[in-house]
Amino acid sequence: MYDDDLTCLAAAKELVSQGITVKECYSPFPIHGIDPVIGIKRTRLAIASFMFGLGGLALAILAINYFMIKDWPMNIGGKPNWTYFHNLPAFVPIMFEFTVLCAAHGMVITYMLRNKTLPGMPATNPDPRTTDDKFVLEFDTTENHSMSAEQLLSAIKATDVYELNENDI
Amino acid sequence: MVIGIFGLVLRFTTDHSDHHNIFWSQILINGLFYTFIGFGALFFIALQYATETAWSVMTRRISEAITTFIPVGAAILVIVFLASTFGMNHIYHWMDASVYSEYVIESSMESDHPQYVMEFQEGAVHNHHYDSIIAGKYGYLNKGFWWARTIVYFAIFIFFARFFRKTSIREDEEGGTKIHLKNYRRGALFLVFFAVFSSTLGWDWIMSIDTHWFSTMFSWAAFSGMWLTAMIVTLIIALYLKSKNLMPQLNDSHIHDIGKWVFALSFLWTYLWFSQFMLIWYSNIPEEVTYYQERFGDQYVVAMWTMIAINFVLPMVLLMSRDAKRNSNFVITVGTILFFSHWFGVYFMVTPGIQHDQWAGLDYTEVAMMLGFLGLFIFVVLSSLTKANLVPKGSPFLDESIHHHI
Repeated sequence: MYDDDLTCLAAAKELVSQGITVKECYSPFPIHGIDPVIGIKRTRLAIASFMFGLGGLALAILAINYFMIKDWPMNIGGKPNWTYFHNLPAFVPIMFEFTVLCAAHGMVITYMLRNKTLPGMPATNPDPRTTDDKFVLEFDTTENHSMSAEQLLSAIKATDVYELNENDI
Repeated sequence: MVIGIFGLVLRFTTDHSDHHNIFWSQILINGLFYTFIGFGALFFIALQYATETAWSVMTRRISEAITTFIPVGAAILVIVFLASTFGMNHIYHWMDASVYSEYVIESSMESDHPQYVMEFQEGAVHNHHYDSIIAGKYGYLNKGFWWARTIVYFAIFIFFARFFRKTSIREDEEGGTKIHLKNYRRGALFLVFFAVFSSTLGWDWIMSIDTHWFSTMFSWAAFSGMWLTAMIVTLIIALYLKSKNLMPQLNDSHIHDIGKWVFALSFLWTYLWFSQFMLIWYSNIPEEVTYYQERFGDQYVVAMWTMIAINFVLPMVLLMSRDAKRNSNFVITVGTILFFSHWFGVYFMVTPGIQHDQWAGLDYTEVAMMLGFLGLFIFVVLSSLTKANLVPKGSPFLDESIHHHI
């Protein structure tokens, strides 16, 4: 556990350079630049969001076609109401809004599912102080076979560590 | 630059073949387009000062160099406006006394210069050219007030452009935060001016060409175009300087951020363009739809839709991914296409109001003039760039900007 984001980042860099694998990092806010250090791949959330957006757009196009052209054509302001193409400008705002709605909601829900942080889900951080002002790096001995647990401990102690806890899992 | 000089020469040799109105409107289009780039850059500088943005400090000198084109562009525009005012062309036909005067002195009707009067007087008869709609706008659209506004726009914009550049260069020597804090307040002040003037100058200089038509959204679309082209020019110049190893501290994150602006502003432009179009299409009021009927007439329809498709689809598909915005050759290519495409945006704001259904496609002289003005623009901007440090080394935000990382 560290009491500053920059110390935490420096410690992570130092330990990774010694060949130690960091299992997870818990912090009250995003630490800029720690993702590549502890080996987190770039998020694919943007791709997911794009897919949700495309899905929303397709759904909007199909739904409008059914509502406004096939099922119940309405004559609004004397506009042509039997063809999709000639009414297209009026439908664009709906397509746009629905695309945004699906992309945004899809992205949020995916994010929460992937992080297991949907409302009501149990918290997974090891110490409640990481939601306040402390930063935790988590190491697992099963992921660090190249050194013994003692070596790992001494390496961690060499950094500017604030508190150290050992747990058997 | 070679193309620019070539275009300038070609322009001089081909100008005389042009019809007067077309010729003047071409200068107007180019003058507006390149001056607008200067306005966009000036707006961006003021915005960055007012919001105290740090990353963009690295490219501030480029924006400043672009704003130095404003006086040159203003001179070009003033020449066109003077020519319009003294009847050398009919770009702004509301300036013609025969249109807004209800009466004409009967005895002068046969002469070369009939005497038009707005109030009835002895010996006057009704004027057949009288246009009551334009006459109704006389309170706003008259030569005196219009010129007063034009002069105020140019005076304010040139004052602020020079002020920001001068203080920024002085900051290189003095350092400290005093100048920055002053510019922070001036930046906010300029945004107030810009908010009003960017709207009204669009009405005055472009919208009044189609005098009968009006749209309060019009200047917004023009403004998003000017901001976008300013960002594209900044991006291309920054990458050019980087490729010449003149700005080693400029990193991918700066390019990525400017690329994001290009991406986002393309959507802003499309959004505003479409909002204006859709509302007019939907309400279908005769005095409004004529504007679009002209632009979607047989001559223009293909070119119009091509322009809109390029301005919307191209950045959406090509600039969406992070890797694309960081690939310099790629963004230069896309940026260049968008740049020319937005020139067509201005072209289609002006040309249909002047040539109506007589448009015969893009003339090679028009392309040459466009490139000629581009050469002038590049020359002015790059020579201003050489006159100061490429990086504002006295800025209190410089260090943060150097370490910009996203």
